Amino acid sequence: MTVSATLLTCAAVLWFVGGNLIITRSLTRVLMGIIVCGNGVNLFLLAASGPAGAPPLLYPGTSKSAMSDPLPQAIVLTAVVITLGTTAFVLAMAYRSTQLTGSDFVPDDLADHQVALRAQLTAERARLREEREREERPKERRDLRRELRRRIRDARAYQAREADASDDLWDDVLGADPPEEPQ
Amino acid sequence: MTWLVLAHFAVALCAAPLIRRSGPRGFVVLALPPAVACGWAVAQWGSVAVGGARTEAWSWIGPYGVDVAFRLDALALVMVLLAAGVGALVLLYCGSYFAGGTRRLGQFAGTLLGFAGAMLGLVLADDLITLYLFWELTTVLSFLLIGYDSEKRAGRRSALQALTVTTVGGLAMFVGFLMLGHAAGTYRISRIIEDPPAATNTVSAAVVLVLCGALAKSAIWPLSLWLPNAMAAPTPVSAYLHAAAMVKAGVYLVARLAPAFADVPAWRPLLLTLGTATMLLGGWRALRLNDLKLVLAYGTVSQLGFLIALAGAGTYNTALAAIAMILAHGLFKAPLFLVTGIVDRAAGTRDLRRLSGVGRALPWVAATAVVAGASMAALPPLLGFAAKEAAFAALLDGGTAERWVLALTTAGSALTTAYTLRFLWGAFARKPGVEDTRVRRAGPAFLAPPAVLAVGCAVFGPGVGWLTGLFERYAAQFPAPAHPYHLALWHGLGIALGLSVLAWAGGAALFAARRQVARIGRRIAWPTADEAFGRSVLGLERAALQVTGTVQKGSLPSYVVTLLAVMVSGLVAVLAADRPWQGAPAPRVWDSAWQAAAGALTCACALMCLVVQRRMKAAVLVGLTGYGTALLYVVHGAPDLALTQFGVETVSTVVLVLVLRRLPLFFGDARHRNRRAAGMVFAAVSGLVLAWVLWLAAAARQVTPAGPAMTEETEHHGLKDVVATILVDFRAWDTMGESAVLAAAVLGVASLLYVYPRQRPAGEAQQLPRGLTAWSLIGRRISPGGGYREAAPEGSWLAAGDTLAPEHRSVVFEVIARIVFHPILMLSVYLLLCAENLPGGGFVGGLVAGVGLMIRYLAGGRHELRAAIPVRSGFFVGLGLALSTTVALAGLASGTVLHAWTWHGHLPLIGDWHAGTAVIFDLGVYLLVVGVVLDMVRALGGEIDMQTEERARYQLARKGAP
Repeated sequence: MTVSATLLTCAAVLWFVGGNLIITRSLTRVLMGIIVCGNGVNLFLLAASGPAGAPPLLYPGTSKSAMSDPLPQAIVLTAVVITLGTTAFVLAMAYRSTQLTGSDFVPDDLADHQVALRAQLTAERARLREEREREERPKERRDLRRELRRRIRDARAYQAREADASDDLWDDVLGADPPEEPQ
Repeated sequence: MTWLVLAHFAVALCAAPLIRRSGPRGFVVLALPPAVACGWAVAQWGSVAVGGARTEAWSWIGPYGVDVAFRLDALALVMVLLAAGVGALVLLYCGSYFAGGTRRLGQFAGTLLGFAGAMLGLVLADDLITLYLFWELTTVLSFLLIGYDSEKRAGRRSALQALTVTTVGGLAMFVGFLMLGHAAGTYRISRIIEDPPAATNTVSAAVVLVLCGALAKSAIWPLSLWLPNAMAAPTPVSAYLHAAAMVKAGVYLVARLAPAFADVPAWRPLLLTLGTATMLLGGWRALRLNDLKLVLAYGTVSQLGFLIALAGAGTYNTALAAIAMILAHGLFKAPLFLVTGIVDRAAGTRDLRRLSGVGRALPWVAATAVVAGASMAALPPLLGFAAKEAAFAALLDGGTAERWVLALTTAGSALTTAYTLRFLWGAFARKPGVEDTRVRRAGPAFLAPPAVLAVGCAVFGPGVGWLTGLFERYAAQFPAPAHPYHLALWHGLGIALGLSVLAWAGGAALFAARRQVARIGRRIAWPTADEAFGRSVLGLERAALQVTGTVQKGSLPSYVVTLLAVMVSGLVAVLAADRPWQGAPAPRVWDSAWQAAAGALTCACALMCLVVQRRMKAAVLVGLTGYGTALLYVVHGAPDLALTQFGVETVSTVVLVLVLRRLPLFFGDARHRNRRAAGMVFAAVSGLVLAWVLWLAAAARQVTPAGPAMTEETEHHGLKDVVATILVDFRAWDTMGESAVLAAAVLGVASLLYVYPRQRPAGEAQQLPRGLTAWSLIGRRISPGGGYREAAPEGSWLAAGDTLAPEHRSVVFEVIARIVFHPILMLSVYLLLCAENLPGGGFVGGLVAGVGLMIRYLAGGRHELRAAIPVRSGFFVGLGLALSTTVALAGLASGTVLHAWTWHGHLPLIGDWHAGTAVIFDLGVYLLVVGVVLDMVRALGGEIDMQTEERARYQLARKGAP
């Protein structure tokens, strides 16, 4: 089955325009992008459905072989009506956004920003920890290394005693218990 | 069997109200199901011991051969006795352990009983998938039980750790089960054991995966970290889950699969090495701990290692020893835990440095513990002794590997003796320099459950012969050796007895040197697996944060670009891999010259959208693009589609313009030049790729399209418009869903627009000047005597006369709107009713009626709209949805949803008539669309007017105008 180059080009152009409009921050422009893109996609569907033909109306004297395929038309019709609902909803959103902030711009999401910041913060904390550990390297190597060994031994023994593992690590993993209130 | 398992869950559901009403005494009732299960198992003893097996099975997932199957054989019977018997006793013990009024006790009781049911199901299951189901159920329920004290971090942490470790193991096991089931061609365990698949690499991998799950569940090193931490749970839970039941699940699985897979290359090295290593590490660790429960917990880890090594060795003799040891371990470890709970409750501490002289105050408790402890240290004449003798003798018979295991096991037994002594001494002995602990009395009901189990230890030692028949039935699954071992309390003086003596002596020495041992233990303590686990969790979280922070920047455009880029790159990847363009016919230039003309027009309008900066201009251009598309539909031969597109485009353009009144004139979102260019390139590339894919997709079509068949069907029914018939009949489900989507969208619009503060300042509102409309110039004073009224006017023909400022009225427009309104409505009804013969239908009709309403609003404002249609829009939406849903459901009367009926007939004057339920369905769609358009105009037109007027009045009031 071949496609009509004209229809295909037209669909691609609509998609191009719509795609350009969608990747902006103004909500009305995004909406227009959705509408144009929607039309483009509908044309794509129609283009893939076969050649143009007579309307699929079974009047006396019409030949069924010359008719265009009715099934894609019904599907596209559904899509067109859904676009109407989308339009209304996004428009209401744009209006509400203008009412609240004075413009219909979609700013960066704050919660997402916070996630990114937290990632930075954790990385920074790990870096600082490493740096501090490095600074503790001794100048008088031998003595301090011995001292360190002793401390590591002590720490191990301490860990062995602390069977309930109330160390800082788990503060990081699960968060600390709230301090108990004095009775 | 099934009813037994189900009974547990059914009673568990009633636990909460029962405990709330009767307090801890209610545990007696809850102990009934496991007690019945135990009694049932005893009743089956005779038939199972002679080789009979009870089987029940129901088909579950037929195509994959997965059944819900239960089977009671010798191994299952021993496990049922353990799980149900200890379960019943532990539930009885709970009645004394918990004080009345403990928080969430009912929930706890239900979970514990549910756990007993899951455990029962696990050991009875004869289908790999059923087994996995119960396996994970025990994991989840143990998570809830360990985290019982969820306010404490230790509790939450331990629960999370246990869940993570056992679930990861369980998932590996699940994959292993699937591979195993696939290789064997059945998921029935008994069939797999009878006829195991050949030991290919796949089977080896599957077995290793299954063992991962078993080892994680049984807390074998290096996955043993979770078990000691799980001691955060209440003591009955520890006694049941972490001594007798759940941790035995891993041992059970190994014992169950050993007859079939013990010869798989990875099996013995893995189980023998890890088992003995765990036995030594756990025992050594127990020697330096001060919490009685932790001493027992590490002791359990150690014993589990021993059990896994025994069960995994996979010979007749070791199997006999393993099954005896499983029973012995349950009988001595559970009472020791329960006794710890009694000591804890009586003395208020479990720290063996602070306990002193408890044995004198609680002699019967101490006696119980001594009997159970003696069994743990394998002293004659208890069951533990008989089992360990069997183990030593069995390992002595084996090859080099077994000899090594024997040597290490003897060392492990010395450790066992040492920590048994440490436990008994720590709990009950009088220590120099420590005051006698003040102890409350423990009632007989509190002591009875551990005492019964300890008596079991004592009775089954001399009476081990009673169990032999059952145990040998399990061991018979392995090839019998030349000299099969016979379980008995006394085999005479031999090497096995010598090793036992060695172990007792070594243990006593270790106990005598306990201070030095504890010091050495602390000195060489390696950072625990606990820390490694914590670090890996933290590292995982950090990595997740980094990834999320990189991908999720919070910018909408970048998200859209990411989505599209993934789609386009996926398409390109498939194209590059498949190269489907060879032999694809080239596209034809056009269908007709008209198509080219309409296409050029559409493209021109669309491209202009890119350069305009004014919102209104852009809205009009977008509308024109839509009309151009509609023209293309006409040329293609799709009149229904074109009509709908015209209607939708008109409505959305008008609504767009109505909202844009209140938005700034220009878009004003100038982007950087590079960014703009990048966007252009991206959109162009994605458009080209899509067009290319579409061409190839169309070229690849080989099957006859489904459309002509629908045309035939339509003709058969005597209808004419195929598309409308498809919409209301063949694919009416689509239409239903779409109606619902529209209704939801309109609800969203309403919820965004009709937003008011909860309370308005009443006094202020009354002072606002009246007589302004959205169409008046803000601040312009209007004489109050001009006859403006707020309420919808009555009496005059044109409603706008009372509400619109005179300079904004167009009487001609208002009059024309009035005149054309009813013809438009007539047209819409005509389009609706003739849908099956002419282009049209519910959608188009509704849109046309909506356009009529919109004209009324545009001409005369919101009061004119109200005069035109005095009903709320929600009424239409609801009525429409209700109508189409009713028709859809009425179809159920003939068996299918949305079944359509038709009637034909003849009337004298009118002629032939034809009616169908599809028309009622379409009427519903029509009403819905009318409601939707009306709501859009009311919300985005009238409501915005109201809000603007309100704001204008506030501004006027602030300026001090009257």
